[in-house]
This record gives sequence, structure tokens and C-alpha cells, in this order.
Amino acid sequence: MTDMTTSTAASSGRGTSPALDGRVPDGDLATKWEDHKFSMKLVNPNNKRRFDVIVVGTGLAGASAAASLGELGYRVKAFTFHDSPRRAHSIAAQGGINAAKNYPNDGDSVHRLFYDTVKGGDYRSREANVHRLAEVSVNIIDQATAQGVPFARDYGGLLDNRSFGGAQVSRTFYARGQTGQQLLIGAYSALMRQVAAGTVELHSRSEMLDVVVKDGRACGIVTRDLLSGEVTPHSAHAVVLATGGYGNVYFLSTNAMMCNVTAAWRAHRKGAFFANPCYTQIHPTCIPVSDDFQSKLTLMSESLRNDGRIWVPDAFDDARAAADIPESERDYYLERKYPAFGNLVPRDVASRNAKTVCDEGRGVGPLKNGVFLDFAAAIARDGVDAIAAKYGNLFDMYQRITGENPYEQPMRIYPAIHYTMGGLWVDYHLMTTVPGLYAVGEANFSDHGANRLGASALMQGLADGYFVLPYTIGDDLAGMLGEQAVPTDDPVFTEAVAGVNDEQHRWLSINGTKSVDHYHRELGRIVWEYIGMERDKAGLEKALTEIPALREEFHANVRVLGSADTLNQSLEKAGRVADFFELAELMARDALEREESCGGHFRAEHQTEDGEAQRDDDEFAHVAAWEWNGTGTAQTRHREELSFENVALSQRSYK
Amino acid sequence: MGSGHGETINVTLKVWRQDGPGDAGRFDVHQQAISTDASFLEMLDQLNEQLNDAGAEPVAFESDCREGICGTCGVMINGRAHGPQKATATCQLHMREFRDGDEIVVEPFRAAGFPVVRDLAVDRSPLDRIVEAGGYISVNTGAASDANLTPVPKPAADMAFDAAACIGCGACVAACPNSAAQLFTSAKIGHLGLLPQGQAERWSRTESMVETMEEFFGSCTNHGECSEACPKEISLDFIAFMNRDYMKAKVKNRALAGQR
Ligand SMILES: Cc1cc2nc3c(=O)[nH]c(=O)nc-3n(C[C@H](O)[C@H](O)[C@H](O)COP(=O)(O)OP(=O)(O)OC[C@H]3O[C@@H](n4cnc5c(N)ncnc54)[C@H](O)[C@@H]3O)c2cc1C
Ligand code: SF4
Ligand code: FES
Repeated sequence: MTDMTTSTAASSGRGTSPALDGRVPDGDLATKWEDHKFSMKLVNPNNKRRFDVIVVGTGLAGASAAASLGELGYRVKAFTFHDSPRRAHSIAAQGGINAAKNYPNDGDSVHRLFYDTVKGGDYRSREANVHRLAEVSVNIIDQATAQGVPFARDYGGLLDNRSFGGAQVSRTFYARGQTGQQLLIGAYSALMRQVAAGTVELHSRSEMLDVVVKDGRACGIVTRDLLSGEVTPHSAHAVVLATGGYGNVYFLSTNAMMCNVTAAWRAHRKGAFFANPCYTQIHPTCIPVSDDFQSKLTLMSESLRNDGRIWVPDAFDDARAAADIPESERDYYLERKYPAFGNLVPRDVASRNAKTVCDEGRGVGPLKNGVFLDFAAAIARDGVDAIAAKYGNLFDMYQRITGENPYEQPMRIYPAIHYTMGGLWVDYHLMTTVPGLYAVGEANFSDHGANRLGASALMQGLADGYFVLPYTIGDDLAGMLGEQAVPTDDPVFTEAVAGVNDEQHRWLSINGTKSVDHYHRELGRIVWEYIGMERDKAGLEKALTEIPALREEFHANVRVLGSADTLNQSLEKAGRVADFFELAELMARDALEREESCGGHFRAEHQTEDGEAQRDDDEFAHVAAWEWNGTGTAQTRHREELSFENVALSQRSYK
Repeated sequence: MGSGHGETINVTLKVWRQDGPGDAGRFDVHQQAISTDASFLEMLDQLNEQLNDAGAEPVAFESDCREGICGTCGVMINGRAHGPQKATATCQLHMREFRDGDEIVVEPFRAAGFPVVRDLAVDRSPLDRIVEAGGYISVNTGAASDANLTPVPKPAADMAFDAAACIGCGACVAACPNSAAQLFTSAKIGHLGLLPQGQAERWSRTESMVETMEEFFGSCTNHGECSEACPKEISLDFIAFMNRDYMKAKVKNRALAGQR
């Protein structure tokens, strides 16, 4: 059983910790990546087949990485707990993917995308990584199009763009409301092509439950077959984690039900530092919770804020229907407070303001937990048909879920957790602090700083998988030529396998009284309350007593029925929720130590007079990366200082 | 329970239970009080919580996105794949589609190509085998030219998109009296075959995918149940497209082979 103290972290002092070598090459920002590609060591084509590479996760990041490595000739083993790679959470992305193509000729460039991303991330990301991301963004669109991804086109047959998330240029490529699905199907088909070619061995319904490390280097993983329960060791020269984000620590989020932190967390326990866990992103336009049995939250596209007006009644506990509340008794609070941007203020500002009015008791709906998003004015102005043409499918989805007709009454919306910027710390090569262990996609902490821009997650996952990792991994593997992978009968593997088997039996033998979901839901309540949209010292300290207490109860009283040698979904979830408990505690500590507000991390104590996030660049322009010190001991906080040589730090204002 | 604005209805659930692929299986009956605001899968979540509290093993069923896009969910509800609502995956179905006193029979997708894994979960991996047989365009990472070099006429792009909307849920197979996978396979063949990028491999792809499909699934006798059940309303026209292409492919591939 885990028992971590919550004492203050040992901190590694000012300046970048010696443990965190970002390996950012010297030289001019604009040519760094090109120069570095030239200077990296190569593995010649015939030698690539002497290297085994494990890729865990087959979402956008994992499928693109596994396919590309297979094409290069590496022997790849790909793992997913899904029944098919096509089901990864990436499939649910709706809005689009950014790229600095500048097809609309509206002034976009690699530098502008770089600049917007660093600024959007509230100056908490690494310049060199972000610039590389912007550079390769254009290749992603070419690659996906060649694979048959049906991006939206204009009447001339060329690719169409739209603007997204407040960007001043149109750089977002999209495929109706299914951009993630279409990109994933592209990456999945590239992956299946390599499976057919025999370069990739695909293991579906296989959950990675441990990373195996020998002499300080990652040498493999341990998986559990979700149908037979069989626990198996797999060895390789390098291990890549592409296992997604941890938004489901909140229980309710827009993430798919099975998203979890287990792979990243178990890597953390084996030595990989976990960076910036408190950076989580809230999306302002989701359908509010309707009942106690709510299982997840549904995102309503941000584009709705272009035409919908957000308001609540002036009066507290006003139970009248929207139509019965006269204009004079409505508070269009965003338009009132932010006349310049109005309903289009950034995600975090819109979210916090919704929370404020609901906390005041002015929320709407049966549970008073939402705000109105009203299309009446837009319908009166443009007509029902125009609005239906723009948003028809979203309106239908809303009606299917709520039973309310948004053409006749305003939608009700409320913020929800959507994305996690924190994750495994990686260097410029996307390698974690454990040599040979890499992290790509949402699983790493890299390119979005404290806040991710809309349509940039798909871009980053595919950049990592198609265009960055396949190069950088070669540089590291080149030095290992002639070395055999550690055999799976080595004690490091047999011990890891035994550990995973023990864990399964421990869950089954507790025989308590409450379900895994019960504890997950309760944990989610604490995390949302104290480490959600707004954090403060008192709340975070409270979280640091409540989380361990609930965790103790979970480990003593959870009830997992059935057996380990068959499909057992409660058993699967038990291990994932156990890891969420440990992560939640680290999130609270990370949030507590970061005495500033930045991006998705809003500390009530640190705000401007306008209620804007107040950064402290002198003290906190660094990445916080946490080192595991063993069960029962607090993690150590390390810092990687961030320097900004190409953008000037500025304070946002949306008034 | 519940304080939403939905009403509470009482339904009788007959749920298929099967311990594993070799088990004969049986129905268990439960009385369930549920808010009409709940989704169908949230009702099953609630049932599972109650079963677990009572010391009985929860019902295994699959879902992930719960937004109708990942294709993970899917059960037979009163004999219909994904249940009564048109163009709606199981996870998108809400209890307001049911009435107080209804009996609801919940079974796994039943198809020869989809063996039951446990309770309501089935193995749909043969669909991956069909894609593996050619459901791709062969372009290595980095080998692509500028995306706008090849314009795609909007009608072709739109039609390819209609096919690409398939979520791979397998409801078409489950709904088909012959357990045929024509709608799924033709959606993939149509998506790639309609795009200029997909032309080079059009004939080899079609032949290979159709023949792999036939190894796992039954044959199509034009019932049209597949399209009725399909949450993405994939059109039967794609099956016609695939059949035409398959005939042509046979001829072309033979001719090409002769030239080698
Ligand atoms: C509703 C929604 C809409 C979004 N819309 C957009 C958008 O419009 N634009 C945008 O840029 N971003 C969007 N995002 C964010 C974006 O979709 C994700 O950040 C991104 O797809 C993550 O990709 P990934 O490959 O890193 O991880 P995922 O797609 O989550 O894949 C994780 C993979 O890892 C596997 N896995 C995890 N753990 C294990 C384990 N222990 N063992 C084995 N396998 C494991 C899973 O099976 C899966 O294959 C959206 C997110 C949400 C929730
Ligand atoms: S064609 Fe329709 S029913 Fe068949 S797998 Fe695709 S989405 Fe599902
Ligand atoms: S759970 Fe994803 S489609 Fe139903």
C-alpha cells in the first residue's frame, strides 16, 4: 500500500537542476533543428533491423511513431489497451489541426505560429521545441493529405482553413467536425500497412503496467492481456510512451472513459520525472452535469461562442425560464466585463467567470450549475437556416443529450477539464530522464507551456510521431549498435512480472465494500474542487489531507470482484485509479509550490486588478519536474530554467 | 437518486451474461429505476454499481468516447444493433427514448465474425484484418509532396468524406442476417478509391480487401439492414461502388499480372 508523506518537497534550488539536461542544440533558433538533424548520428538501413523499439499507445502520437519507425526498418512492437488502434482518444478531436502553411496568404509563417504558441502557453515552454513544432507542422498536412485524410476543401479543390481559438490568421485545417477521427484513421492505416509488411507487431488489448529498467536504462515493459489476464515481459532497445493525458483524474472530463495516467505514472515510479502536473486545461463550453450518475462530459465546440451570447439572470436563485426573464434582468457578464473581446475571451477567462457567477448562486438549469449560451439574437439576425447550417450537428447533439431544443431555448454550458499540459519531462530528443525511455504526444509535457492553443494538440502529437522521434531516436540508438536487448528471463523482468501479478491479486483480495468507480468519483470531486479552475493555498492544503485519507480508504475498502484471468474491467480500473490518487497528490503539491498564476494554473492569490492571471517571471519562468523517491517519501522538485531569447514576455489583457 | 429535470422510469432489463467464449450464456433480469436524462450506458453503469455493492460481478460491456465517434460501444437493444434511435450509436442513446414499464433486452452483437469475449463484449478484430489487407495509401513518412499540389474536386472530396465517416463499430455486421461486412469494407474502399491519392493502388486494394473480408464474414444478399443500423448512415451506394470496382479489379489485376 502506498503511503506518501505530504511534507514540503526537497527542492533542488535555483538554476537548472543537473538532472535536467534539455539537450537543446546551440545556434540560431530558425536553423537549429535543420542543423541538428545533420549533426545527429544515423543508423544505416541494414542496421535498423537490429533494433527493437516498443511503442506504447496507438493514438495520433503512437500510431504515427510506430508506422514511421517501421518504415525506417526498426523492429517495432506496438501496444494498446484498446481492441483496435483506431479507437484511441485522439479520435474524438473535433475542431482541427494547426499548420503554418499560409495557404490563405493572410500573413502566417513558421515564426508566427511559434510566437503564438509560446505566448498562448503563457511563456512556460521551451522556445526551441516550439519552433521545431511550428516548422514541421507543414509536413503533417502534406503527409496526412497523401494518406487520404479528407480535409475540407474549397470549390477549387484546394484545402480550406479556418481561424480557431482567437488566432488572428486562418491556419486551422479541419475535416467537418471529425478532424481527430480522420487524422487517426490516416495514422492507423499507415500503421496497419506496416503490420502487413511485418515491421510492426501489433498487440491490442494489452495494457502496459510497468516499465523495466536495467542499469539505469529502459529495456522493456510488462503488459497484461486484458482478455486472458496473462502478464508478459517484452524487451527492446528503446521504449516510447504515447499514452495520452491524465484529464480523467477529475473523473468527469471530456476525455474518453479509458484515458488514464498509468503508463506515465509507472514510468515516473521507475525514474522518469513528471513535469508541471498542475497545468491542466479547462474548456468553457461543455454540457453541465445533469445527475449523480453522470459518466463523462461532452464538449460543445468553441465555435459556438462566435454567435452565442453568454448570460445569467441578475437575481440570485432565479427559477424562471430563460424566455420569461426580461432583457433588463439579464447579465451578459462577459460583454459587460470585457467590452473588447466580449464572449470571445480566451478559454480560461470564460471558464473562471462562469464559475464565479455560479458560485454566487446565479447559475441556471435544474442544478444551477450552468450559464446560458443564447442564440436568439443570432437567429433573429441571420435566420434559423443560417444558424442551422453552421451549427446544426452541434445543436442536434445537444438536444440528444439534454432533451432541450437550442433553437427555442438557450443552451446551458459549464466548463470542464479537457486537456493536460503537464506530463513526463522530456528533453529536445523527446527522451525522459530515463535513458532509452521516450514520451510523445499528450503524455509528455513539452510544447504547450501552461496553456495549449486550440488545434495544437493534434499538431504536436503528429509532429512528435512522424517528424521528430524517428530522427532523434536514431541518434541515441546509433551508440548501441551490436548490443543485444536484455533477455526477458533477466531478473529485472521476472521481478517486474511478479510485481504486476501481485498487484492484480492484491486488488482481488481486499474485498471491501465500495466500487472502484465510487472512489474515482470521490477523488474527482476533491481534485475539481481544489485543483480545478481556481486554486488557493488553503484549498490545496485541504486537498493534501483529503486525498491521502481517501487513498487509504480506497486501498483498504475497495471491492474488486471476479478473477484476474479473464476480461475484468473493475480490476483494470483499480490500478488506474490507484495511480490517479498518487498523481492527484502531486498535482496539489505542484500547484501549491507554483506561487503564481499562469495559463491553466490560476492561483487566486496571484491575479491582477482585472482578475487576470498574474505571472511571476522572476521566480517561476521554469519547468517544475518531480523526481520519485520511493513510496512513502515526497518527490523532489527540480527546475529547468526557461530562457526567452526570441519573444518578449508580456501580460495579457482582454478588456 | 438524481435531481435533474428528467423523470424516473422503471424498466425491466434482460441482460445477456456469458462468462467467456466457451460459456453457453444466459439472461439475467433486473428491475431498474432510472432517470430519463441518463444515457443508456449510464444506466448500465448504475446497474453495475448496484451489482458490485450486492457482491455480484458487474456486466462487461465496452465504451470509450461516449460521443458516438470511437466505435467502441455497441450492443443489441431489443434485437436492434445500437438500439431504436436512427443514426445513433449505443453511447448516444438516452433513456428518454424509453417508457415507464418497458422491457429492454440487451445482448452482444451477434455475428459469426465477432465471437463473444464476455457478457456484452465481442471481438471485432477481423475488421482490422480487412484494413491490414490494403485499407491504406502507401506513402512513407516524409515522401509526400505539397498538399495543394493535387486538387481534389469538391464533390469527390465530399463523397469520400461520407465514406470516411465510418467509425468501425461493426453494427452493420451485427444487423445483417448473413453477418456480412460489406458496408464497412465498402466504406473504406469508397473513401480511398474516390480520391486521386488512392488511385495507384485502387485495384489491388479492392481485390485484397474484399477477399480478406470473405474469409471472416458472410456474403451480402442486399437486405440493406446494415445501412439502417449504421450510426453514421453510410450509404448502400458504396457497396455498389465496391462491387463494380471488384469486378474491374479482377480483370485489371489479371492483365497486370500477365505483363510481369
Ligand atoms: C473532446 C476533445 C476534443 C479535442 N479536440 C481537439 C482539436 O480539435 N484539436 C486538437 O489539436 N486537439 C484536440 N483535443 C486534444 C487531442 O485530441 C489530444 O490531446 C490528442 O489526440 C492526444 O493524442 P495522443 O496520441 O497523445 O494520445 P491518445 O489519443 O489519448 O492515445 C493514447 C493511446 O495510448 C494507449 N494507452 C494508454 N495507456 C496505455 C497503457 N497503460 N497500456 C497500453 N496502451 C495504453 C491507448 O490505448 C491509446 O492508444 C481534443 C480533446 C478532447 C478531449
Ligand atoms: S459502416 Fe456504419 S455500422 Fe458499419 S462499421 Fe462503419 S459506422 Fe459501423
Ligand atoms: S463509446 Fe465511442 S462510439 Fe460509443
